[in-house]
Amino acid sequence: MADDKPAGRGIPASALYINVFVVATCGLVYELLAGTLGSYLLGDSVTQFSLVIGLYLSAMGVGAWISRRIDTNLAAKFLEIELAVAVIGGLSAPALFMAFGTVQHFQFVLLGFVFVIGTLVGLEIPLIMRLLEGQATFKDIISRVLTFDYIGALAAAVLFPLVFVPQLGIVRTSLLMGALNGAVALWGTWLLAPQLGKARIGLRIRAVLVIAGMVVALGFADRLTTFAEEQMYADPVVYSESSPYQRLLVTRGRSGFNLFLNGNLQFASADEYRYHEALVHPAMIAAETPPRRVLILGGGDGLALREVLAHPSVEAVTLVDLDPAMTQLGKTFPPLAELSRNSLEDKRVTIVNDDAMVWVDENRELWDAIIIDFPDPNTYGLAKLYTRLFYARVNARLSPGGAIGLQATSPLFARRAYWCIVETMRAGGLFVRPYQVTVPSFGVWGFALARKLPFEPPTRAPDVALRFINDAALAGMFEMAADMTALPVEVNHLDNQVLVRYYEREWKRWQQ
Amino acid sequence: MAAVGPSRRDFVALLLGAPVAAAIGCGSKQARIPPGQIIETGARRGHAVLRDGPPPTPTRWRDVEVAIVGGGIAGLTAAWELRRKGIIDVVIYELDDVPGGTARGSASPVTGYPWGAHYIVAPQHDQPDLIALLDELGAIESMRPDGTPVIDEALRCRELEERVFYRGRWYEGLYLEAGASVEDRRQRDLFNAEILRWSTFRDPAGRRAFSLPVSQASDLPELTALDKISFASWLDSKGFTSERLRWLCDYSCRDDYALDAAGTSAWAGLFYFASRRGAGASYQSVVTWPDGNGTLVRHFAKEVPIEPGVVVTRVDPDGTLVAVGPQGAFGVRAKHVVLAVPGFVADHLVPDRPKTVADYGAWAVANLHLRARPVERLGAPPAWDSVIRNSKSLGYVSATHQRGREHGPTVWTWFYPFTGPGDVARREVVDASYEDWAEVVLRDLELPHPQIRELVDKIEIAFWGHGMIRPRPGALFDPARLARLQPRGRIHFAHTDLSGIALFEEAFDHGLRAAREIVAARQATPA
Repeated sequence: MADDKPAGRGIPASALYINVFVVATCGLVYELLAGTLGSYLLGDSVTQFSLVIGLYLSAMGVGAWISRRIDTNLAAKFLEIELAVAVIGGLSAPALFMAFGTVQHFQFVLLGFVFVIGTLVGLEIPLIMRLLEGQATFKDIISRVLTFDYIGALAAAVLFPLVFVPQLGIVRTSLLMGALNGAVALWGTWLLAPQLGKARIGLRIRAVLVIAGMVVALGFADRLTTFAEEQMYADPVVYSESSPYQRLLVTRGRSGFNLFLNGNLQFASADEYRYHEALVHPAMIAAETPPRRVLILGGGDGLALREVLAHPSVEAVTLVDLDPAMTQLGKTFPPLAELSRNSLEDKRVTIVNDDAMVWVDENRELWDAIIIDFPDPNTYGLAKLYTRLFYARVNARLSPGGAIGLQATSPLFARRAYWCIVETMRAGGLFVRPYQVTVPSFGVWGFALARKLPFEPPTRAPDVALRFINDAALAGMFEMAADMTALPVEVNHLDNQVLVRYYEREWKRWQQ
Repeated sequence: MAAVGPSRRDFVALLLGAPVAAAIGCGSKQARIPPGQIIETGARRGHAVLRDGPPPTPTRWRDVEVAIVGGGIAGLTAAWELRRKGIIDVVIYELDDVPGGTARGSASPVTGYPWGAHYIVAPQHDQPDLIALLDELGAIESMRPDGTPVIDEALRCRELEERVFYRGRWYEGLYLEAGASVEDRRQRDLFNAEILRWSTFRDPAGRRAFSLPVSQASDLPELTALDKISFASWLDSKGFTSERLRWLCDYSCRDDYALDAAGTSAWAGLFYFASRRGAGASYQSVVTWPDGNGTLVRHFAKEVPIEPGVVVTRVDPDGTLVAVGPQGAFGVRAKHVVLAVPGFVADHLVPDRPKTVADYGAWAVANLHLRARPVERLGAPPAWDSVIRNSKSLGYVSATHQRGREHGPTVWTWFYPFTGPGDVARREVVDASYEDWAEVVLRDLELPHPQIRELVDKIEIAFWGHGMIRPRPGALFDPARLARLQPRGRIHFAHTDLSGIALFEEAFDHGLRAAREIVAARQATPA
């Protein structure tokens, strides 16, 4: 700093370099936040990151180009831009989260944010250089400003994955950067006081308001994420909980309430009877003798259990669900307990919280009917419950005349995935009768009925009070329309997991 | 607790590099070290023999048909094969307290877990003995028409098999696809095509270019020439410069050979990739158990009398053995001996054999007992094998992955190969305490799992000072290596070292060969 000219116009140059550093750090963090959010809400991280990075850099160029049009009140304009970055950047992550639930073209909103922030940050660096004009030689200004700019970027790149995302999460990181930007602007009102004149008072008030706003928002960050989450669902969220296994969330709307696990609809109270009757009763009547001992794998909401318990022959039911939070919710959450007619509290029922894959291997009992109701196979962890090995293990636990009923995703939306499940059951030694019903909340939904020996599908509805299944419905279920008939598929094994790939590829087409 | 001292920081710097060590002492967080210990692997007992000199002349003698020295995979296989041929008067003398060598496993109330070798490659139709072994274990579901077995699905490594941690995120597989350039992809495809070419190659005698075991491989000059250069030079010569591809090759060499690609024979480097493919394009299944190859060790050990804690100090070509066991010195008069010990021990016991330039790599293995899984970061889900791309370690394997438990307590096995000279590694770590080692393991895993320290109940650490023989250029097709297979009087040699590569399949092959030499010798001279 020996060659620094005396601060003729009273600007402490070294303090402004720290400003550059913070501006650069915050700017890059906003960019990384947008990239991360994009890849996590829209998928395809390569596209998201490259779009975000490219647009951000070009927006900085736009900002730099515009900067020449700013001729007066450099210092005040600089601080105003900094405050704008603080507000827009700081609120970017919560705003984008909320937009995802409400806006149709989320990609454009995301890129809009990136462009605005990039432009503002692009304005700042040229303005800082001009503020420093006369403080040092041109070559020194260029070298120092750019040095601090790039070091700031490095700091952001290192802190973002190592500290910010793991420790603070995306929303808090965004707000914290906003507060930091605001604080630097506030400090700037002192650093640039001689240039600001009276304008400094107004700027100080605005900076304090920005910082206070960010701090308050930080305090509400938890509520904000749930708020953001609410925007992703059509109806108000009435219950949400994160267990070690999954996110459980219940929404309530005009037509009733809906249960979501990890964002995927499990049932809607308005039409779940169609789904659960179709899942349970064909197996109950296909068994050689009325089932006395029934095993339910998954189905922690207690709704399949309600249907099982409607059969007077049933003496004992074991329900195996991984997540204690799910079975607890089914027992204690009033609307759910009511819907399941308190089936989880029934004396005939034993609840086991364990992984079904391991449990069926370790359990040695035989069951007259086995009902399998797992979430769709969209992860390796879930798809292991749709492997040949799993069905072979379940088959080994089925009594000789017993029957299996299971949900098998949609034969219309995910046709290969559906037939992959059917073929995998066959590879597991079962004779399978595929069937489908229409559940308005889900669309056309697929199931499979299986036994150890060849069999004809049941034709007579059971003698219990049902809302959906009668002889006519039963006859229609086992017919497959032309757009749902079998396709050639591979068998799903633990070590190939083709089902996840079928499922992802097919559902992607319907999720635009 | 006192702050981390400079020596521990130096140790972390030595193993993981200066940047990781520099992070120690930053921040106010007291670095908790969970309880644990360094386990004994027989090194102390083995080294004591060298220090103490020859034992007293034995006063107790016993007679046995076959004495097997060494209870690792080679010795256990020899005993198994002899039993299959009706020879049951067999004893195995093992230096350590437990058999298995680096293939051993342990068990906790939660799961079994390995101490080294933790998988095998699913056998092909031309490996009938390995098929028979797996069949005994009930590990074979069915046979394909071509004689290839279908391995029990529960043992075929479950998806996701591997993931790599890079810049704050996990990616599926070992080859980093994300961000690969057109040139990266071109080189990757070219490399895969090259491997495919070699895996389908058959010489005029019908032998593969790179086969498991090595003894079945072709010896065409164009192939053996590959042993004269390093894998890195071979990659250079083919224009494989892509950083991603080179990383994968380097990682593979570190993983299987405790060497980097520059230190590995090109033959061995290609062998790593090409020997794992069947006739078609796909890789053979990886077969694994929670306790790794420990399951195979336990199966072998069921039928054979094993005397642990026995140091054999002398083996004569006439079948005489002198040994020191827990009850003192004793002698054995054996009709046949299988010397199933590492090459450097064999050289000590039978000094006048042809020598090879044997080079041994050191390994550290840590088993971390976790009370719960850490919160996962963005990207690929938990896998069997989780690799940290910028680490000198090999990452960790989850013992509960195969069973399908994704939640709750587990054991992670962390591997660290010393790719430098073995004697240097052994000298450098000789004074390291349990706490020094634990700090290294935790610092390494904190990169992907910042909360790991709080989730670990216990760490057990093994240091394998002579963990594996290393295929440096020239070692594999050294004529002396084949000369060392020749029996000396009644002594037959078996060990993976005789292949120049440390693998289950190699140890198994030599165990079978030694047993068959004995069967042939018995037929030639009926008792």
